Amino acid sequence: MTPAFPKREVWWIAIAAFIGIVLLPCLNAFVPAASFFHVSNFSINIYGKYLCYAVLALSVNLLWGYTGLLSLGQALFFALGGYALGMHLLLLIGQLGQYKADIPDFMVFLEFAKRFPETGGLPPHWIPFKNFWFAAAAVVWVPAVVAFIFGWLAFRSRIKGVYFSILSQALTYAACLMFFRNDFTFGGNNGLTDFKFILGADVNSPVTKRWLYVASAILLLLAYLVCRWLTTTKFGLIQRAIRDSENRVLFSGYSTASFKLFVFVLSAIIAALGGALYVPQVGIINPSEMAPDKSLEAVVWCAVGGRGSLVGPILGAVSVNALKSYATRAFAEQWLYILGGLFIVVVVFMPKGLVGLPEQLAGLKSRFCRRKCAASAPETPTATLKPVVRE
Amino acid sequence: MIKQFVLTIESVNKTFDGFKAISDLNFYMDEGELRVIIGPNGAGKSTLLDLITGRTRPDSGKIEFGRDTDLTQLKEHQINRLGIGRKFQTPSVYVDHTVFENIWLSLEGKRSVWSTLFSRTTSAQRERIDEVLQTIGLSAKATAKAGELSHGQKQWLEIGMLLAQNPKLLLVDEPAAGMSDEETARTGELLVSLAGRHSVVVIEHDMTFVRQIARKVTVLHQGSVLCEGTVDQVQNDERVIEVYLGRKKKPAC
Repeated sequence: MTPAFPKREVWWIAIAAFIGIVLLPCLNAFVPAASFFHVSNFSINIYGKYLCYAVLALSVNLLWGYTGLLSLGQALFFALGGYALGMHLLLLIGQLGQYKADIPDFMVFLEFAKRFPETGGLPPHWIPFKNFWFAAAAVVWVPAVVAFIFGWLAFRSRIKGVYFSILSQALTYAACLMFFRNDFTFGGNNGLTDFKFILGADVNSPVTKRWLYVASAILLLLAYLVCRWLTTTKFGLIQRAIRDSENRVLFSGYSTASFKLFVFVLSAIIAALGGALYVPQVGIINPSEMAPDKSLEAVVWCAVGGRGSLVGPILGAVSVNALKSYATRAFAEQWLYILGGLFIVVVVFMPKGLVGLPEQLAGLKSRFCRRKCAASAPETPTATLKPVVRE
Repeated sequence: MIKQFVLTIESVNKTFDGFKAISDLNFYMDEGELRVIIGPNGAGKSTLLDLITGRTRPDSGKIEFGRDTDLTQLKEHQINRLGIGRKFQTPSVYVDHTVFENIWLSLEGKRSVWSTLFSRTTSAQRERIDEVLQTIGLSAKATAKAGELSHGQKQWLEIGMLLAQNPKLLLVDEPAAGMSDEETARTGELLVSLAGRHSVVVIEHDMTFVRQIARKVTVLHQGSVLCEGTVDQVQNDERVIEVYLGRKKKPAC
């Protein structure tokens, strides 16, 4: 049966949404800096970044936890979304760049004027990105098209399991290498940066940053609700059925390839939206965001938080990144070891992640209790054992 | 009136890396028939089901469903939608879903991505699900997770999932494997009761079970039909005895 949203869950979502969307920004805007409750501009910016990561983690989980597709290239779609909006932001700089030119800086020093003389150096495919709405649409459709083509080829050829993971990783690595090239017209290894405005506002002002944070929180809420709604539909049941017994689904008349393709494209779009909000908050997008390790990190967030639950990846993304922010300052050298160790501990000892921890502890406690009871009353177990021995 | 073949297989060949799994196989089935296929390991029984359900394609030959639907060019889910249901050897059910949901997902009806996004259970569907659950004797377990069922119950659930699809032809691969004697007997009754309304192909090793359910038995050997007939005819056939190394009474077990 498809369970409707239980009342308790609605309350939890409402409380979390209130804190995230209303309370934190208000504490940032209206509480004096000296107060204990004040949230600094620096913090609100960092939180916004975490929430974008949480959106990425949700999209990984939609594939991995709910459909059994471990994508090791999800950061590609995050980065593509970021690039699409980044292009618009770069064009908004206008003549305020280092070279005071009509075209973005990297196009000046790469001498694009010689390559694209008709447009004054601006590559033709950049021109429509002057329009915000075109860029916003590209945030969605570019990753969706990439995901559709890759997914269609992969699922049609029945590429599964570890082969799918490896291919998805190869895809993001190939894209990363391509974006590193200067002649690919997306800024090479420097990427796109030095943004000044977004929608007519100063992108670096605390007010804009706060609104970007609010937008990230709303996006996360919406992404959560979409994923949550999916789990209540027949589609969601089929998704998990594919994870558990794909052949049975296929031999029940469902085209599993179409279902996987739908999920893959949807999760690419969710990741891309997260990436698009991430870029104005950190002020830069470059090819390293597509490097394979970024996608792996997102998988670690999911595993740490608990895959197969919707809250897990959000918890994982926020907590691992909070730990990262702290650890890279406190002991920068050891961070990767900490991350690796964390992953191993979670995989070995906490298969359900942070979300599964209370249940796991309860299980341990009851086992411990039973042992204690058994020790204090030794007659009972032998009495129950007797008939078994007789048999 | 001439009885219609539900399944026509003519001169089918299939080779895997030089191994001839199916060679020049001919096989015909009447509508509403219950047919048991037996044969030693590697005789091509499961490969035959793979060929019918589209999991593998024949190198040559004709596989037709009903009057003249060519199955050799269709994909698995398309073949299923025509009304051919398959039960796997190892029970494959959706362990994370309830028994009710397992049946619901298998119920005949729309199979497109969009339809599943917005469809809800109707009261007619509920009734049908209850009916199927009663047939397979799992009504009391409707809200239990399929993963919590016993092995035999999982086998029944999978048969129930097939029934929910209301297929014209059921292909059942070793339904009694790993069941207790009592469960085996009940499974036999279930399959016999299905014949008539559905056409049923059962692959089986257990000869007592075959005896219980079979009207007509087909013996496969090295990828082609060795002989066909009643259980007694088949068990007394010289060639069959030879294939099973002279063990008269209980060939494969």
